Amino acid sequence: MVVNHQKDIISIKDLSKKDIDYILKVAEKMEPIARSKKRSTVLGGKMLGMLFYEPSTRTRISFETAMKRLGGSTIGFLEAGVSSATKGENLHDTAKIISEYADAIVIRHNMEGAARYVADSVDVPVINAGDGAGQHPTQTLLDLYTMKRIVGKTKDLHVSLVGDLKYGRTVHSLAYALAMFGVDMSFISPRELRMPKDVLHDLSKLGVSVEETENINSVLDKSDVLYVTRIQKERFPDPEEYSKIKDAYMIDLKLLKGTDLIVMHPLPRVNEIAYEVDNTPYGRYFEQAFYGVPVRMAILDLLIKNSEEI
Amino acid sequence: MKTPKELKVKPIRNGTVIDHITANKALNVIKILELPSEKSAVTIAMNVHSSKMGSKDIVKIEGRELKSGEVDKIALIAPNATINIVREYEIVDKSEVHLPDEIKNILECPNPNCITNTDEPVETRFSVIEKEPVILRCYHCERIMTKEDIEAQFKLF
Ligand SMILES: [Zn+2]
Repeated sequence: MVVNHQKDIISIKDLSKKDIDYILKVAEKMEPIARSKKRSTVLGGKMLGMLFYEPSTRTRISFETAMKRLGGSTIGFLEAGVSSATKGENLHDTAKIISEYADAIVIRHNMEGAARYVADSVDVPVINAGDGAGQHPTQTLLDLYTMKRIVGKTKDLHVSLVGDLKYGRTVHSLAYALAMFGVDMSFISPRELRMPKDVLHDLSKLGVSVEETENINSVLDKSDVLYVTRIQKERFPDPEEYSKIKDAYMIDLKLLKGTDLIVMHPLPRVNEIAYEVDNTPYGRYFEQAFYGVPVRMAILDLLIKNSEEI
Repeated sequence: MKTPKELKVKPIRNGTVIDHITANKALNVIKILELPSEKSAVTIAMNVHSSKMGSKDIVKIEGRELKSGEVDKIALIAPNATINIVREYEIVDKSEVHLPDEIKNILECPNPNCITNTDEPVETRFSVIEKEPVILRCYHCERIMTKEDIEAQFKLF
């Protein structure tokens, strides 16, 4: 990339604070184009190869929109079912072929490390749109952008991450990125779904203070952002236990009343945020989803233009 | 000249003696070093008494001088090993092993959902993030691999 001479976006850990700041700044310039208030053809004639081995409608549409808003187009397949992927052609060869046609590749795959592997196998820039339980860096970048746009800062924030902090990959990368910006955090989860030790270890190395609790009420006053994730039923063998926890972490207007925070969610939500929150100043998750477009536009612009310069 | 008796097994004329290998790890060491090869005779001594370590293993490779760079990876399982280069029955060089910053190809990722555990033509790569006790991170899936994970992999041998 322009800043760090990165060819690809695979893991948030590959990016420096400076890289992230730069991407968010470019995203801001992209916003009027994303909102159709301005036109752009900076990526006119460029092609984005989409390798979606796993269905993910929201991420796919967000990338497609970003590419098309900049005048480019997309090729590729959207699920393994409609391609040679099911006929046994390996990922390496498929990516190689697409890389001959496309100016950049976006990949979503069910196996961890798939995006890194593809990035090492091809010459064009590769963007990781989620690899199994691994990384999903554009989600993290759009989360940061949302905080910057709505709260107006990425410094002196207090962010509370709520829900499944053990298996939720978005919260791991987000916590890491926030720590890079020196943001203090609270982690609210049932005991069974606490933040993994290796993530906590990484955070302590970055020198931020984190607090772990099971009680959501205790963090509301100090939080600027409540970042909510879904707790999956499958994580609990006992259905009664699940239903108790589900209720304890339910975000509704009664809970939020009198606070001064925004509620974010990577979506899709199931029932962890009440619908009554949607059209209030608290509920910002649909706006957050939209911000994925300008952020991905910024990334596509930076990566594809860079490949031209080499 | 050092007395050959000290090494408990027949001395070699030219080659490498890997001494102070953690007891019972000699077979793992030669596996990591991809020995024996066609050219070199290998002698192994296991559970030999050691004043420094209680007991230790020794591997002798006749006819081949191993450079410290190619031996360093055995530090994964034998961190105290010493490398002795022998010429005409004499030790001409002595060095310790140092865990390199990156381990390529020897280990398998313990994460079954890692891209390296598929039929894809991909080599495993781990960066060493902690040396004592050793902690590795998979370059591909970014999962942590502990000393226990590493030892579990060599158990079958
Ligand atoms: Zn791995």
